[in-house]
Amino acid sequence: MLHIVVSVKQVPDSREIRIDPKTSTLVRIGVPAIVNFYDLHGLEEALVLKEKYGGRVTVISMGPPPAEKALKQCISLGADEAVLITDRAFAGADTLATSYVLAEAIKKVEETWGPVDIVFTGKQTLDGDTGQVGPGIACRLDIEQLTYVSKVTGYNGETKRVTVQRKLEDGVEVVETKTPVLMTALKELNKPRRAPMPGMLRAAQYKPIVWTTADFPNLDRSKIGLKGSPTIVGKTWVPEIKAADTQMLDGDTKVKVGTLFDKIWETELPARFGWDHAANGKGA
Amino acid sequence: MTHHFDAIVVGAGPAGAAAALTMAKAGLSVVMLERGEFPGAKNVFGGVLYRKQLEEIVPEFWKEAPLERHIIEQRLWIMGQESAVTFGHRNEAFKEPYNNWTGMRVKFDQWFASKAEEAGAIPVYETVATDLIRQGDKVVGVKTDRDQGDLYADVVVIADGVNSLLGKSLGVHQEWKPEEVSLAVKEMIFLPKEKIQDRFNLEGDEGVTIEFVGETTRGMTGLGFLYTNKESISLGVGVMVSDLKKNKVKPYEVLEGVKQHPMIRRLIEGGETKEYSGHLIPEGGLKSVPPLSGNGWVICGDAAQLINFVHREGTNLAMASGRLAGEAIVEAKKRGDCSRQTLSLYDAKVKESFIHKDIKKYQGLHSLLNDVDPQVLFSHLPQALNDAAYEMLLVNGVTKAEKQRYAIKRLVEAAGGMRNVVKLGYKGWRAING
Ligand SMILES: Cc1cc2nc3c(=O)[nH]c(=O)nc-3n(C[C@@H](O)[C@H](O)[C@H](O)COP(=O)(O)OP(=O)(O)OC[C@H]3O[C@@H](n4cnc5c(N)ncnc54)[C@H](O)[C@@H]3O)c2cc1C
Ligand SMILES: Cc1cc2nc3c(=O)[nH]c(=O)nc-3n(C[C@H](O)[C@H](O)[C@H](O)COP(=O)(O)OP(=O)(O)OC[C@H]3O[C@@H](n4cnc5c(N)ncnc54)[C@H](O)[C@@H]3O)c2cc1C
Repeated sequence: MLHIVVSVKQVPDSREIRIDPKTSTLVRIGVPAIVNFYDLHGLEEALVLKEKYGGRVTVISMGPPPAEKALKQCISLGADEAVLITDRAFAGADTLATSYVLAEAIKKVEETWGPVDIVFTGKQTLDGDTGQVGPGIACRLDIEQLTYVSKVTGYNGETKRVTVQRKLEDGVEVVETKTPVLMTALKELNKPRRAPMPGMLRAAQYKPIVWTTADFPNLDRSKIGLKGSPTIVGKTWVPEIKAADTQMLDGDTKVKVGTLFDKIWETELPARFGWDHAANGKGA
Repeated sequence: MTHHFDAIVVGAGPAGAAAALTMAKAGLSVVMLERGEFPGAKNVFGGVLYRKQLEEIVPEFWKEAPLERHIIEQRLWIMGQESAVTFGHRNEAFKEPYNNWTGMRVKFDQWFASKAEEAGAIPVYETVATDLIRQGDKVVGVKTDRDQGDLYADVVVIADGVNSLLGKSLGVHQEWKPEEVSLAVKEMIFLPKEKIQDRFNLEGDEGVTIEFVGETTRGMTGLGFLYTNKESISLGVGVMVSDLKKNKVKPYEVLEGVKQHPMIRRLIEGGETKEYSGHLIPEGGLKSVPPLSGNGWVICGDAAQLINFVHREGTNLAMASGRLAGEAIVEAKKRGDCSRQTLSLYDAKVKESFIHKDIKKYQGLHSLLNDVDPQVLFSHLPQALNDAAYEMLLVNGVTKAEKQRYAIKRLVEAAGGMRNVVKLGYKGWRAING
């Protein structure tokens, strides 16, 4: 039996995000909110492990009330329970305050539904993008952490150890550790499922559990919300979009391909790869 | 595990949401299936929303529903090549509660379906109903494109719109014939609020609708529309598919032409086109309306061809039919009998209502449109009318009597001779007085 917690964040759909060039802030109005997609990979893996080894999956999210929609989506996919951590006092949190509250929430999940074996977070979010929250939670809970997990290869129920592959810049690392453990999910981990009908029906009628500051009597008020957030964003700017030098080619496909090759040979590219015209079949 | 409900509604457009809301309010267990990411996500209409039929479902809805402008003036333009003869009506009496509004489906459908959700209907979106589940001649549920996707119910409400997949599966809905359906394309052209108010002589949230016929559809059977929204203009044109085929014209080419017409060009000048969409409009009229119910099913809205294309009324017929279907199902559940016999209460209710009577009134229109060369109705006559108007108003020394003779001659010519004028007049009268 495994108890898995998946931490999910609702983010604006990055495919539709624009940045206001005047104020350099994200234009969030009218942008649909979705579940951060790395988090969906974490949830999928949790569901797969639950199906294999039995257990339960609890989803948590800190955010404003509309984040309920993200949690309902997780229920439709197969999560057992979903908790929305929401309160005005939590607003304005940076990664430090966010990981503190989420760590406290996971402790409360343990009190409510029993010990937690695995925590999944995404590798990073589509909006904040820092990738700090997962490790931050692990530190505060004082549990093992495995970042950039691309595959969970095994779990041994007796020894309570997991084996995973971590995808790093210079290769893949196979590591094993004991639970409880926090893993941050990469998109290579799996292919998230489409919610089945029973999940859709349950989600449509499901009300996420809501925890506010009142549910955390021992919370250190100086560590939450804006007050608990020392990070200051000094400056943000939008990278200049340089118009590419484009040209439409005329003629039939054969002519076009010919022109394209000639054009490429005129650039510095072939030289960079150590090719010269002699190697160009056409030149010979 | 099987899932059984009192009713499954397929399609959360105006018809489906109205049916779901009516049934959920009466305490029935209802699932509302919608293939869009949310109701309205991809839905298209002109669009004008009407008070009467929605008010009967959600009283005083205009205080909360997302609406654009309330209409205080409706215009009809008969278009010549670069001219128009205009009719219209503006009235201060069109005030609260307003008669109709412009609206956008993306917002409106979502809101309307949320009313059904609040009443207890279970929303299942991003889900396509792929077929009906049948036992003998009885419909007992629907198949969907999700895992373990079969759903069962005492009654299935088919409200899946003009292309009704389920209507086809049931056999009450044939593939469209090109002369039964028109294809409409529409652009949303964004303009500042003040520009819209100035150009159309409006204050606050007042709005105007313009429908136009004539040279703008280049001699094809069709109708154009221009509606004012808060900060945009909806401009579109619908043309009979058979005519598009015959003339090998693409609908967007027609719309491009419309935008060049001097009467339209000035109204949209400087605007930014942000959305482009297309949709079919069923125009089969009364004779293509199928039986509306059977054992374990009812069909509503566009799926049942309940549309009054002459007055661009569709959403209101859809809502009214959805409500009547919902009421019939509530009654059937009370009687514990969801067979055709009880559900045909719905057919009867529609027959007594404005829906059937309005569609019947125009039943002859199709034979008129099919019998008469569209060139005559949509090109020659409108142009002749414009020429006649021009001639009458031009002061050039020619006597008024002579001008009048000329005007009449132009019109008779355009109609193809005096005999045709009489025939057209008679047919036209019959066409609009079923
Ligand atoms: C417009 C804007 C302004 C911001 N300004 C600041 C600022 O001034 N200072 C600052 O420090 N930060 C700022 N942030 C970032 C801050 O709000 C973070 O979004 C938040 O602290 C989480 O960090 P992250 O999004 O980088 O998450 P990451 O660390 O990238 O997230 C990793 C994973 O942690 C989990 N996770 C993250 N957040 C949550 C959550 N709320 N609930 C549940 N799980 C979660 C998810 O599984 C996620 O995949 C800003 C963000 C935005 C969009
Ligand atoms: C260009 C244009 C202009 C119009 N202008 C006006 C106007 O100004 N005023 C007016 O009142 N009417 C207007 N109409 C007509 C009006 O749009 C329709 O009559 C009305 O939308 C019909 O409502 P409905 O609920 O029956 O169908 P729809 O609005 O088409 O709704 C059907 C719903 O079912 C969903 N669906 C379809 N198939 C499936 C499936 N297999 N599974 C799950 N879901 C499915 C669709 O996504 C959709 O949400 C216009 C139509 C067009 C095309």
